[in-house]
Amino acid sequence: MTTSNFDQLENELLQAIASADGLVALEDVRVTALGKKGRISELMRGLSALAPEERKAFGQAVNGLKERVGNALSARRESLHEAELSQRLTNEQADITLPPREGALSQGRIHPVSQVMDEITEIFADMGFAIAEGPDIETDYHNFTALNIPDEHPARQEHDTFYFNERDDGSRLVLRTHTSPVQIRTMENSEPPLRIIAPGRVYRCDSDQTHTPMFHQVEGLVIDEVTHMGHLKWVLDAFCKAFFEVDEVKMRFRASHFPFTEPSMEVDVGYAKVGDEIRIGEGDEWLEILGCGMVHPNVLRNVGYDPAKVQGFAFGVGVDRLAMLKYGMPDLRAFFAADLRWLRHYGFGVLDVPTLARGVSS
Amino acid sequence: MKFTLGWLKEHIETDAELDALLDKLTLIGLEVEDVFDPATELAPFSVGEVLKAEPHPDADKLQVCQVKTRDGTVQVVCGAPNARTGLKGVFAPPGTYVPGIDMELKVAKIRGVESHGMLLSERELELSDEHDGIIELGEEAETGTPVAALLGLDDPVIEIAITPNRPDCLGVRGIARDLAAAGMGKLRDDTVAHVEGSLDCPVPVELKFDPETSDACSAFAGRIVRDVNNGPSPDWLQRRLKAIGLRPINALADITNYVSYDRGRPLHVYDADKLAGTIHARMGKKGEEFLALDGNTYKVDETMCVIADDSGVLGLGGIIGGESSGCSEETVNVFIESAYFDPIRIAATGRKLNILSDARYRFERGVDPAFVVPGIEYAARMVLDLCGGETSKVTLAGEPPEAARIIEFNSSEVMRLTGLELAQSEIKEVLVALGFWLSGNGPEYRVSIPTWRPDVSQPADLVEEIIRIVGVDQVDLAPIPRIDGVARPVLTTQQKRTRLTRRVLAGRGLAEAVTWSFIPRNAASAFGGGQDELELANPISADLSSMRPSLLPGLATAAQRNHDRGLSDAGMFEVGQAYRGASAEDQYIAAAGVRSGTATLNGSGRHWSGTGKPADLFDAKADALAVLDALGYAANAQAARSAPGWYHPGQSGVLQLGPQNVLAHFGELHPRVLEKLGVDGPIVAFEIFLDVLPKPKRASRTKTALDVTDLQLVRRDFAFLVDHGVAAGELLRAARGAEKTLISDVTLFDVFTGQGVPDGKKSLAVEVTLSPREKTLTDAEIDAVAAKVVAAVAKATGGELRA
Repeated sequence: MTTSNFDQLENELLQAIASADGLVALEDVRVTALGKKGRISELMRGLSALAPEERKAFGQAVNGLKERVGNALSARRESLHEAELSQRLTNEQADITLPPREGALSQGRIHPVSQVMDEITEIFADMGFAIAEGPDIETDYHNFTALNIPDEHPARQEHDTFYFNERDDGSRLVLRTHTSPVQIRTMENSEPPLRIIAPGRVYRCDSDQTHTPMFHQVEGLVIDEVTHMGHLKWVLDAFCKAFFEVDEVKMRFRASHFPFTEPSMEVDVGYAKVGDEIRIGEGDEWLEILGCGMVHPNVLRNVGYDPAKVQGFAFGVGVDRLAMLKYGMPDLRAFFAADLRWLRHYGFGVLDVPTLARGVSS
Repeated sequence: MKFTLGWLKEHIETDAELDALLDKLTLIGLEVEDVFDPATELAPFSVGEVLKAEPHPDADKLQVCQVKTRDGTVQVVCGAPNARTGLKGVFAPPGTYVPGIDMELKVAKIRGVESHGMLLSERELELSDEHDGIIELGEEAETGTPVAALLGLDDPVIEIAITPNRPDCLGVRGIARDLAAAGMGKLRDDTVAHVEGSLDCPVPVELKFDPETSDACSAFAGRIVRDVNNGPSPDWLQRRLKAIGLRPINALADITNYVSYDRGRPLHVYDADKLAGTIHARMGKKGEEFLALDGNTYKVDETMCVIADDSGVLGLGGIIGGESSGCSEETVNVFIESAYFDPIRIAATGRKLNILSDARYRFERGVDPAFVVPGIEYAARMVLDLCGGETSKVTLAGEPPEAARIIEFNSSEVMRLTGLELAQSEIKEVLVALGFWLSGNGPEYRVSIPTWRPDVSQPADLVEEIIRIVGVDQVDLAPIPRIDGVARPVLTTQQKRTRLTRRVLAGRGLAEAVTWSFIPRNAASAFGGGQDELELANPISADLSSMRPSLLPGLATAAQRNHDRGLSDAGMFEVGQAYRGASAEDQYIAAAGVRSGTATLNGSGRHWSGTGKPADLFDAKADALAVLDALGYAANAQAARSAPGWYHPGQSGVLQLGPQNVLAHFGELHPRVLEKLGVDGPIVAFEIFLDVLPKPKRASRTKTALDVTDLQLVRRDFAFLVDHGVAAGELLRAARGAEKTLISDVTLFDVFTGQGVPDGKKSLAVEVTLSPREKTLTDAEIDAVAAKVVAAVAKATGGELRA
């Protein structure tokens, strides 16, 4: 093997490397040159046949050739790889305006009534109120009698109250007309001090744009030895500020009458109407939002409490109405129509969980 | 309750502005519902003076008048016969809405002559039916001034809501008393003078009751006024009645209405010449009936108190009088009744016969029993004044119930219940102004309750009186003490589960609905309900008559309604109560959902990335499992094929901890059930019974240590041939149990029937994952596990490895 032969081989191989038009062709060149039976490998094998004094120079020459060809292969491989990748990236241009599917998480909705109940719960829980519950189908006693509503009271009439058919003993069950029977059940089963709210469905024979035969109320009850009307006013004031998320809320307490409280009051909040929006805490219009009062001594007696020793307040507020005021739904009937368009529009996101730390609404 | 400001001021001397009075009324519990000032509505109408009236050139019956108005002199064409020079009438300029003709006036040519406005008749102003000519205001009317005051129509009408505990405020007098107590003026003296009769009452009065019904009418006072002239009542009275929406009839009828609204004391007047023998109150008898003043014939029964004479029933005492004995313009001798009727019987009778009358309204709430005799004195005075005649003495049968009550009152109750500290003098002042009598020097008092306040019977009632008059706004806010530094959690397990379930289901793309608790009975029956005990006696409509046994009928029909609007891919859920029976324990909380069309977790409808597949039972099963998983029960829940009849028998199942502890149903709803509901379907659904889930064990908050190695997982696939009826779940369970330490997961990745699989068989392909514990597994070890898997599957299902 002469030096010119070496040069020729090197030229040949470098030529082949340079003209390889892809990684596959380049690999073929590599095998031809450096593979087990490649030409350079064969030169190496020829080494043993040489005289010892020739071996060193020959070995150096072959190794030099091997290294240069190897380098050329690497360089070529690198550039071919780059070219291929950049070709691939050019080919892989997506239309990034194609819309992906909306995920389930963003489609699901929580009904405004549930959301508002969660908000109310969050606020009252912070003030130490537990959540009490009771049945929708109530006894006449729990819904009326125990609440100091006499037999002849107009609220008991069939055009106000849903009745079930008379039972064998002559009594009739009712669909509770308010959440107040939960007060009775709670007091019957526990001793003061008590702080509870009782959210739930209530029913009245009524149907028009602002009345539905079923709606939702939250009852509140505090019983201990010291709670008076000042506390009642404070709790409602604190609640309204937290619920409507305003620093100040104007409230007007008006004397009124409910059979189960004495003294009784109705509560208005001040608001302004700006466009379709009702802004609580601004303006000088009044809107009635709830009824409340000090628990009537007869009610306390009916559950076995001594009205000379324990006292407290109760209130009841319409949940659907609070939702309408805060979030602007115009028609109560739509709450119960299960129209997907309405649910998606007025419903709340799954992760929109009311907390006091972030604010009850986001 | 309606009244006018002028009427109120007859009872209270006050300088207060109308708005101040209204605000006070509302704050003390007499909520103002409406205020109507007729002067505002009559503002466009002013006095117009006819300067010259000349015949219309082209019409015999018309005149062309030059009318001097507040806006100068205008020409008006007028058809009234009394239109003449010098007349002062009610002028309406163009642009005015005239109520009696329901029209807005425009400048118009009448038979060729321009007319700029109109002179009005009483009918055109809706004052009366009078339309023979235009209104003549008299010379003293000042041209150009508003006519409201001249017509006596400037008295604002106030309507307030009276709570059922305040019958005393169903008379203007009572309202005035409250206002005076609240510092709005001075209550005028109202002593009703005795009217001496010049003869004995010639009509005998009697109460004919058994002892057990004698309280139906405990007192009946009567007297006669002879030789009355029962014409129309005077203008002032007619105006008042009209202002509050009552139609003037004749003087006697108007007097009874007036006393009813002025004093809350209903009366009745009879034409004495139409009475036969003794007038008496008694219980009705079956078969009796009478024609009432409202034109209806009412059948009475033995629960109703009637007024009768020897000829039979005249009317229902305290509710409505009869036509046969009523007064007319021809009445000469009138018999006046002032009686006391039992509120409860009045209410019951009124309800039974569905009669709404001012008398019933007052008697059922309780009129002042002490005003029976003063009431008849008051009425006699008015009859004599307005109709003339001569009155008899009063004849009284029975006695009104004793209404004077005394309670012990410690004024410290005010502070205890309201937190407001008031001086003794202030407390006394309020109560006295309201008509209470106090004895004692405080803080202990003996308080005598006025006869017109049936609602006051204990100290708390007095506290209410004091606080409502002093003003609830006087009570300062007082924070309730904080029980814990950081509020403790308050939700029960059930409440937490309910709330979490909602968010889980919404997180699966479902929209939460709230549907009615009552549904049509046939729908209830189709879902295992419809029992008699769950039927409403008085549903608002037949569609809302049965308490729902399940949430699904409401959701399925809601899906159909959405489908009808073009939203066919509906995914909805509800978390709420349903009813297995009427008792409290039979109410349960469920989470239920429906999916229709292609409303699946991966998206619905057509899409470039792949069209949504129709929702099937596995979507419903996945929803149910997702909830159970979130609540911690998915791992132990077994699927079984025992869903109730409202599911498709082949496409449904339950998830249970055991046969007695079913946690959920899932599957396609039965096509026949959907037909009954009028739902097209198919719809898949699930129901999760949140209150049958066992109570969670109180576990440590510390999580168990994580047990993993860095050794590579090994996966092996197996395809088994099993009989068609074999449940995949059985095979999976067998495979999982084949080797407890190494097998960490088994998933089913293929279910296949068809070519290569014999008839009656199916191929189930599973991937078994092995997690080496201490060292990489050798082929021999892997083969040993594989053999165990094959053996376990064969044993449990008879399945063989597919060749």
